[in-house]
Amino acid sequence: MENEMVIEKTKATDTQTLGKISVRNLNFYYGEHQALFNNNLEIEPKKVTAIIGPSGCGKSTHLRVYNRIYELYRDQRAEGEVLLDGENILSERTDLIKLRKRVGMIFQQPTPFPMSVFDNVAYGLRLHYKLSKSELTGRVEEALKRAALWDEVSGKLHKPGTALSGGQQQRLCIARAIAVEPEILLMDEPTSAIDPIATAKIEELVESLKDRYTIVVVTHNMQQAARISDYTAFFYKGFIVEYGETKQIFTNPKKKETENYITGRFG
Amino acid sequence: MKERSERSRIYLDITVRLFSAFSALFGLVILIWILTVVILRGISAINWEFFTELPTPPGMGGGGLANAILGTVIITVVATFISVPFGLLAGVYLSEFGGQSKFAQNVRFLTNILMGTPSIIIGIFVYTMLVRPFGHFSGYAGSVALAILMFPLVTRTTEDILQLVPNALRESALALGMPRWKVTINVVFRAAKKGLITGIILSVARISGETAPLLFTALNSPYWPTNFTDSTANLTVTIFNYAMSPYEDWQKAAWGASFLITFAVLITTLMVRYLVREKHGK
Repeated sequence: MENEMVIEKTKATDTQTLGKISVRNLNFYYGEHQALFNNNLEIEPKKVTAIIGPSGCGKSTHLRVYNRIYELYRDQRAEGEVLLDGENILSERTDLIKLRKRVGMIFQQPTPFPMSVFDNVAYGLRLHYKLSKSELTGRVEEALKRAALWDEVSGKLHKPGTALSGGQQQRLCIARAIAVEPEILLMDEPTSAIDPIATAKIEELVESLKDRYTIVVVTHNMQQAARISDYTAFFYKGFIVEYGETKQIFTNPKKKETENYITGRFG
Repeated sequence: MKERSERSRIYLDITVRLFSAFSALFGLVILIWILTVVILRGISAINWEFFTELPTPPGMGGGGLANAILGTVIITVVATFISVPFGLLAGVYLSEFGGQSKFAQNVRFLTNILMGTPSIIIGIFVYTMLVRPFGHFSGYAGSVALAILMFPLVTRTTEDILQLVPNALRESALALGMPRWKVTINVVFRAAKKGLITGIILSVARISGETAPLLFTALNSPYWPTNFTDSTANLTVTIFNYAMSPYEDWQKAAWGASFLITFAVLITTLMVRYLVREKHGK
């Protein structure tokens, strides 16, 4: 039954226009174990796309293909095509440094580098751009402002990044990611390790960032997906069961599994 | 069915407790005994001349072990400079690049064997490689022997410490478009800095009391360690020679040297504990 579903989905994507990212027949393996099956997805530019689904359904695995971060681990491999502006990033010729400059990522746990707040943001900038000192300071300030963190840290730029609160650390990571001017921001459950107030701030931030970036966010929290996303993909057991506008997915799901998950019958 | 008696269970509990407490006490008593003897016998040999003057012939009185102290410091420092770069890089390879590959697993296994190799065998090995062919003992050979002993210690602690750095940190650095070597040096090393320093200090403390490898390599000398390509004075071989001698003042000097080494290692270990505690407090 699941296979039929996939075939149907493939047909549907063929008629769609090319997205910022087009995923074509993506399969993913952890060693012998297959975790993703024939994923097809079109990520719309400058929109927020949410990936939802129960634990272990392959949400994060799918996201981690977009910047090939999974390659840190020897036994993980992806098959198929992931087109970024029409170019297959899974090709061997892809320059990973350039790819990751274009595709930024925010992780579940805030991961400030063991250096000052300023250097956390400046690090990526120095890596990808040649900047004068004043330009660098300006870009760091701008990134912190866009990450809605400037007011809280402007007085402690030279304190260690790890000294900030969890929610601030996560916004620091967002500032660090957007400082290098990526085109796409991947967020892997960005609020699951922080408190509700900090979560609200980050959700607002996502809203304000989508006029410049294409955002793909994996979330466990369905309300969050409904609040912040324009499109939603529902994953189940490694398959993309349903994909469409968030409104439609949440009010009028076409698939039984989607409905069951959204109404809380499992997951 | 007869129930087990409660009393026998309580007696057994008390017996096991007593025996384990006694064994723990035994270890502690031995340590305190050693420290007490070393302090009592050694401290009287420690004075200004001990640190500043050359040894005197037996029976003459006075004199010190300044040459051996300096020699030990030089030999250990040179050994550290040889082994730390290799050990750190090997540890980086095992933790960051080798992973579970066949080669890395073999390296890890062989490093463990090297760590378990008796130091006297390493002494003999360096003797055949660096002493026999040149026809004379040398401080260099001593440093090389100690460096070989130290290498697996540094390698394995480096690997262990780097493995404590969460992968999330590596991932976020890579996700920013950082090349792997920069991730290692600027992020992973920085996060593990205190642990790495601790590991190196403990390795130095561990080799600074080695005698066997120096017996075949640096040997000993009654002179200042001015020529590192010749026999070089050092504390541990001095202890060995002096303690075995029939002369009372030499024996006393051996106790003094023992006192010095013991407390240098003790202070280093305490210093490391302080460093580590500070890390956890943060």
